[in-house]
Amino acid sequence: MSPVSVTSSRIVYDALKATGVRLVSALPETWLVHLIRMAEEDPEMILVRLAKEEEGVGISAGAHLAGVKSAMLMQNHGLLASINGIVSCAQLYRIPLLMLISYRGEFGERDPWQTEGGGVTEDLLRALRIPFSYLDNVGHVAARIAKAQTLSLSANKPVALLLCRDLMWEEN
Amino acid sequence: MLRIDALRAVYDRLEHLVVVTIMGAVAAELQSLGHRPNFFYLQHAMGLASSMGLGIALTKPDTQVVVFDGDGSVLMNLGGLTTLARYRPKNLVHVVFDNESLLSVGGFPTATSTGSDLAAIAAAAGIPRTGAVRTIAEFTKAFDEALSAGALTTLVAKVDAVGPAQFVTDLSLLENRFQFQRYLKST
Repeated sequence: MSPVSVTSSRIVYDALKATGVRLVSALPETWLVHLIRMAEEDPEMILVRLAKEEEGVGISAGAHLAGVKSAMLMQNHGLLASINGIVSCAQLYRIPLLMLISYRGEFGERDPWQTEGGGVTEDLLRALRIPFSYLDNVGHVAARIAKAQTLSLSANKPVALLLCRDLMWEEN
Repeated sequence: MLRIDALRAVYDRLEHLVVVTIMGAVAAELQSLGHRPNFFYLQHAMGLASSMGLGIALTKPDTQVVVFDGDGSVLMNLGGLTTLARYRPKNLVHVVFDNESLLSVGGFPTATSTGSDLAAIAAAAGIPRTGAVRTIAEFTKAFDEALSAGALTTLVAKVDAVGPAQFVTDLSLLENRFQFQRYLKST
């Protein structure tokens, strides 16, 4: 069994559903496997599997203008790959985006290749003036997702929630 | 074939369709024919017009969506063709105006000028209907067939590398965005 937490993934997924999210775009990464499977098995959810994360910005923009709430599931390296789309589509056109970003390369990371991106993730979000918070405990997941979406919709801007190791990984 | 002549040839078909265009010459030329609230011009973020069209087509499956794309933009998001093909919305027509050039930034030749074939790439990506046209008559016929086909189509229209004298219009980006959203809400 993968040490990725099914329990936490379910709580995150149910919180997304509770906020009315009906489209999820995703590019698979280890920590997201259960979330993506839950979206795939949910007949009420449109799951769009991407070739590259930046596509998800355009897809979410289209969904928003069409009146459908969406979320993006990506790794922090996917955030790095999406920057122009975030700036030149979502921010330029004041499009809300709810980005759930697996925070690889933080304390406890064993994969050397994840560590460089981990080190720039928070500074990058600040440089882009993207409000963000952490999902690191099941107790606050639902409230933080709901509040992040509320801000995103009222400000018409992207927001980010960092899916942390303490929430997503059970082998601590 | 001039791109503006191609747009003019199908302009009357666009009255009740949802239209997303790329930046630059395509946006300016369509506006010059007459802006409508159902037209959205993605003035930056090259490559994402087709992704926006996909997002609209998947969430409004009863609404016909047309994307006017370009060779430079498609080349920046070739993976997006595979995503279009994967979900293949029946209500999306994807037109690629291929002038073999990054016209709005100085006319540098793109890879389609040295043989890369976007219609073949789209077909190989799995887009169910693809084609390439070189004349207004061919374009109009292929566009009408795509609208009535009920299957995702990528139509490559080979056009001359000429465009309008300027690209900035008096329609602000945010005015366009909120007007377009209001239009989608009303459909």
